[in-house]
Amino acid sequence: MYRIAKKVELNPTVTRMDIEAPLVAKKAEPGQFIILRTDEEGERIPLTVADYDREAGTVTIIFQKVGATTEKLGHLKEGEYIQDFVGPLGTASELEGLKKVAVIGGGVGSAIAYPVAKKLHNLGAEVHSIVGFRGKDLVILEDEFEAVSDKFVKMSDDGTWGTKGLVTNALKDLIESGETYDEVIAIGPVIMMKFVAALTKEYGIKTIVSMNPIMVDGTGMCGGCRLTVGGETKFACVDGPDFDGHLVDFDEAMERGSMYRPFEAKKREETCNLFAKEVQ
Amino acid sequence: MPNMSLKKNEMPTQDPNVRNKNFKEVALGYTKEQAIDEAQRCLNCKNKKCVSGCPVNIDIPAFIHEVAEGKFEEAYQVIAKDSSLPAVCGRVCPQESQCEGQCVRGIKGDPVGIGRLERFVADYHNANNTEKAVKPESNGHKVAVIGSGPSGLTCAGDLAKMGYEVTIFEALHLAGGVLVYGIPEFRLPKSIVQKEIDGLKDLGVKVETNMVIGKVLSIDELKEEYGFEAVFIGSGAGLPKFMNIPGENLKGVYSANEFLTRVNLMKSYKEDSDTPIKQNKRVAVVGGGNVAMDAARSALRLGAEEVYIIYRRSREELPARAEEVEHAEEEGIIFKFLTNPVEILADENKFAGGIKCVEMELGEPDASGRRRPIVKEGSEFEIPVDCVIMALGTSPNPLIKSTTRGLETQKWGGIIVEEETGLTSREGIYAGGDAVTGAATVILAMGAGKTAAAAIDEYIKKQ
Repeated sequence: MYRIAKKVELNPTVTRMDIEAPLVAKKAEPGQFIILRTDEEGERIPLTVADYDREAGTVTIIFQKVGATTEKLGHLKEGEYIQDFVGPLGTASELEGLKKVAVIGGGVGSAIAYPVAKKLHNLGAEVHSIVGFRGKDLVILEDEFEAVSDKFVKMSDDGTWGTKGLVTNALKDLIESGETYDEVIAIGPVIMMKFVAALTKEYGIKTIVSMNPIMVDGTGMCGGCRLTVGGETKFACVDGPDFDGHLVDFDEAMERGSMYRPFEAKKREETCNLFAKEVQ
Repeated sequence: MPNMSLKKNEMPTQDPNVRNKNFKEVALGYTKEQAIDEAQRCLNCKNKKCVSGCPVNIDIPAFIHEVAEGKFEEAYQVIAKDSSLPAVCGRVCPQESQCEGQCVRGIKGDPVGIGRLERFVADYHNANNTEKAVKPESNGHKVAVIGSGPSGLTCAGDLAKMGYEVTIFEALHLAGGVLVYGIPEFRLPKSIVQKEIDGLKDLGVKVETNMVIGKVLSIDELKEEYGFEAVFIGSGAGLPKFMNIPGENLKGVYSANEFLTRVNLMKSYKEDSDTPIKQNKRVAVVGGGNVAMDAARSALRLGAEEVYIIYRRSREELPARAEEVEHAEEEGIIFKFLTNPVEILADENKFAGGIKCVEMELGEPDASGRRRPIVKEGSEFEIPVDCVIMALGTSPNPLIKSTTRGLETQKWGGIIVEEETGLTSREGIYAGGDAVTGAATVILAMGAGKTAAAAIDEYIKKQ
């Protein structure tokens, strides 16, 4: 059992938790993920590591309530326990040696882009963060990004936070204004990563994306997380989750990601109803 | 006077049309009377060919003799000398190519039902034995076992009995390896596996779940920082193989590992499970091994109306256990022999909608000794399906190799070991089971676990 050391609601649908898992905290690196189950009958879900504190022995996860498991997780309180927490899985992002990087975060994906930006900053790289949300109410980690970015561009769909527009608009403006990057790292919805990769391809800038497909075991056994990269089948859990954005078949990944969406929505509603009943 | 009936006592089973809708065990097991009657068919031959057919050399005539006398617990003690998991092996061993394949009674008529008797004896013991195993006095030496499948459980059990402090590290949230994630409930009830694991815990074995060795800790760290004097790697098979044909990444295409893990480990066949599985009407399973049979029969039990097994050779070459093939046929699985998929076709929602296949014919034997299938020109045809399950075997997981310095592996990824001991290229590190051999059987993995346990004991004593 793994104790929830700290819980913070970042916005109405996104929650941050620090989980006590000393061995995982000791090894975790940006780009890696964990798999958790909330209870004995729970589903195994992958969540990317949002931060870690090696001394306190905690790993931070940030999640949006989209299915039954994240709904249940969101109802757990500080001091309570989750059943299983395994990691760190996947390969770490390769950040050493980079001098100047544009880090792009979209929506809850910003939670995963942040530790990458932070590590790059600590390694002495120049970090330009471009972060986008639908609107002001959904913003997370604003101060954190501010602290580790040499340039911080805020974007929102409705113009209530920063500039109205897409992260790709902001990236294009920076490149056009003469900024040059060793690498662009984009983490967010698949559709966002697809368009970032399409843009950087035009300019020939190496681009890394972090894929978050459906998984069961997370150790290479089930193959549920497979995706096509450069014409070859890769397993996100062992070969990734970071991949060359210019080689990923994003359309296929989006399709595969939608496989259980009706089930997820139904299960979440059932779980919500269950919690509502308990409250009454 | 031996029982000279040419036929084995039939195994009582659930009716095929009932069992193909539930996940309860198919075979119900012999009664005492049936067991004694079957045991009396054994001629107690002098040269005991059955024993040489058993990968762990159980003294088969001796245990059968006890059964014939009605001494079931004594029979169990005979088996227990050589096998740690009789309730499991009695159910999943391919007896027809091992012990029973050698039985003289098989020359004219059926061989003695050795597997069924082993299962009977183990179940009798489990139901009647109330004595808990006692933790032996510790010899103070620590051994780590990676993986809790058949090889790991066996190695851990043998070492614990000798007084070693054994810790098993399991990657998943539940111990048992392929016995819990792979083999379905209707063939191997999970309560039996749990009983074996509880037995190990009584012997003092510690089981640490959620520990992916190679990630959270490396084998070198286990040895250098955690004080384990020897390590046994029983990490099992690994990455599922695909055919690399168009359409394999469509929705509704699973590896058998994923399909079976969702069903067995995550219990997605239960209404209230949080882990989803797609509801399918027409399912094609590609492959001819036990895993293919398990996947096909699970799909049927989940409510599919038509389930096909697509296999590129003929019935004779099917690598699955004979009993599983018979059970599958009885339950209504449709076999498409000499058939090979060339493409998975999409429906309008990008789910699998059909499978395009070609007919095959058998040519000359290949390196495996089996006749090589050759494509018949112009034989393409389509089967409409909404789900495809690939059961083509696995290749070893690279995680341990890539994180253990100096651990040598074959080109295809299997860990290289000395056959007599299970010793790898690294001192104090042993390996066995599918991680060494590639996908094989429970009993071979168990045998490798035993061999390594004996070698580890010898190694530590020498230090």
